[in-house]
Amino acid sequence: MRTILYLIRKEFIQIFRSKFLSKAVFGIPIVQMLILVPAFTLEIKNIELCVVDHDMSAESRQLISKLRGSDFFLLKHITFNKDAADNLLHSNKCDLVLHIPNNFSKNIVKEGGEKVVVLANAINAASAQIAWTYLRAVIQDYNSELVIENLHHSSPDMLSMINTTNRFWYNPTLNYKYYMLPGILVILVTAIGLLLAGLNVVREKEIGTIEQLNVTPIRKYQFITAKLVPFLLIGLVDLAFGLLLGKILFNIPFNGSLALLFLYSSFYLVAVLGLALFLSTISTTQPQYLFVVFFVVMIFVMMSGIFTPTESMPHWAQQFNLVNPAAYFMRVIRMVMLKGSGFADVLTDFRGIVLIGIGTISLAIWRYRKTV
Amino acid sequence: MKRLAGFIKKEFIHIFRDFRTLIFLFGIPAAQILIFGFAVRTDIKNAGIAVLDKSKDEISTGLISKLESSDFFILKQNLLTGAQIDQVFKSGEIKAAFIFETEFGKKLINEGSANIQIIADGSEPNVANLISSYAKAIITDYTMEINSIHNPSTIIVDPEVRMYYNPNLESQYMFVPGVIAIVLLLTCAMMTSVTITREKEFGTMEVLLVSPLKPIQVILGKVMPYFILSLIDVILILLLSWLVFDIPIKGSLVLLMLESMLYIMLGLSLGIMISTIAKTMQQAMFTSLLGLMLPAIVFSGFVFNLESMPEIYNWLSLIIPPRWFLTIVKNIMIKGMGFSFVLKETFILLAMTLVFITISTIRFKKRLE
Repeated sequence: MRTILYLIRKEFIQIFRSKFLSKAVFGIPIVQMLILVPAFTLEIKNIELCVVDHDMSAESRQLISKLRGSDFFLLKHITFNKDAADNLLHSNKCDLVLHIPNNFSKNIVKEGGEKVVVLANAINAASAQIAWTYLRAVIQDYNSELVIENLHHSSPDMLSMINTTNRFWYNPTLNYKYYMLPGILVILVTAIGLLLAGLNVVREKEIGTIEQLNVTPIRKYQFITAKLVPFLLIGLVDLAFGLLLGKILFNIPFNGSLALLFLYSSFYLVAVLGLALFLSTISTTQPQYLFVVFFVVMIFVMMSGIFTPTESMPHWAQQFNLVNPAAYFMRVIRMVMLKGSGFADVLTDFRGIVLIGIGTISLAIWRYRKTV
Repeated sequence: MKRLAGFIKKEFIHIFRDFRTLIFLFGIPAAQILIFGFAVRTDIKNAGIAVLDKSKDEISTGLISKLESSDFFILKQNLLTGAQIDQVFKSGEIKAAFIFETEFGKKLINEGSANIQIIADGSEPNVANLISSYAKAIITDYTMEINSIHNPSTIIVDPEVRMYYNPNLESQYMFVPGVIAIVLLLTCAMMTSVTITREKEFGTMEVLLVSPLKPIQVILGKVMPYFILSLIDVILILLLSWLVFDIPIKGSLVLLMLESMLYIMLGLSLGIMISTIAKTMQQAMFTSLLGLMLPAIVFSGFVFNLESMPEIYNWLSLIIPPRWFLTIVKNIMIKGMGFSFVLKETFILLAMTLVFITISTIRFKKRLE
């Protein structure tokens, strides 16, 4: 036990001797919070819309004013010129073009229906789809208004409408920062754990001090524990720092139990640090380690559902996420922070991360050789 | 010249000897293209929902089965009381709950209106938004169905959409240019800065500088392999996106390759500049990760819309190289435009490269003195 304490002290001295590292430990979360949290938004607002109104009737104007009233659209141009509208679309000056045909009002009244054509700039498929969904919703509203109007003329009693009211729990204003901040914290904890711990070991290899450790009677588990504990603590401190920054900068709520989150984070960090120690055994220089870790972190984070729901992913991706520690942590941190989920709710996630942790630590112990 | 060739050959051997560097060089672009192409989905599918049906009549069950039969939702729970809602949300099982009021069908027929409350889990704003708009569309369709039973002449403005540049709504059109912009910057700037600072840190740089090679040759020899490997990366990404996702290059391939070379040179000169500033490898790593990776991801816009970000980001993005390169790639690759449409962007990248080279030269000379 005393040996481990001495070793841990040695690690701390080594870490804080490097001015750059101690700055990075607090600098990275600040930069991440400031740059990434406000930037990562999937919110689509100000969809720039151009209307080509060939009809110029009361009906078409009614539809246009409906669009104007929507929060999502920014009605930029109303023209009769098809080519002008096409040019706007091609030069990225608007996202959607709505063509209202010549006999719009006549066909509505006489034929009982009319097609309108919408052109969308779809290079970004996701936002084109969302813009189209919003536009369709406005037109649907317009349709139901027409139906109501029409029914009132003929037989007002026959009308039946289902009213929907919408509420968003846990984040009533759908603030994206609430969603992104926990995600960024996952990147932060993962990157700190994997990068610092592994680089530390590989650096000892590069400068040769690992040989000095190897010739001492320190046992494998002592070595691994001594490398684990300091970075576990640093990871937790960084998480606390990140949460604090989130509170101060963006006033992100914390609805769950702090103790539960830190308990889970400790398990997560052990799993990640085990992986770091394992990866450090297969690298001999710091750049090599960096390249491998970068590859691993990128895949873990992209698959973890940081921007997109994991439920929509194909089956093989969901299977992969069973062994992806970041996917567990991503889910748990959002559940605990935003929804206030309790221990029972995240029980299966505990099981998952413990199993992964046992796996990575065993790998690290197995691969670490005291002999050359 | 022969010396330089020998030096470059040595560097190549260094790189190819190490499987970790190769993973980084070729594994990252391949994995990014495949993950973005196959795994990352911004739409919703199979979102779990719960239903609290206080009425249980023909119309409410009809609507529930309509919701269920869409691809978007999976009915996970039939709730009995409103108090259960919080618990199922907390367990993470469902993304939305639908509450039908008592005597739903009766009210709809007799009074002409009935209420449904949709409660969506706002902790995932995008999902919540999509769920409520999809659900509303289904409900409106259902209302129309009910109404047309009574009244066949429902007037409908039927919108029809044409998706330009990307008729099948493939997300690849967005992320392939993004991946090129990020991967090139990474390989060029990060790899050169890290390998050069490594030589500095271990003192082997001095050995190289006292060798008969001129300083400029040393630097050239260091960056030349990465120039070639980055070009191979571009070809790899384009090939993958063509073979796997069937994305054609609409414009001129030659122009695209030339622009990529310019961007690669920019990345290399940026890497050299970082290495003249950073003292240790770790500094170089963190500087390239924070200073290059983050901006590249944020401003490449392959997940996020630059337009939706705060105004200040639009200003900041003006000095970020990937932003300009991304426009170039999109214009050439997807819109099929010619050189005259990317003139401004090309000049900006060229100017940035010159600035980086000048700064590096000044710092390097200082070091030699």
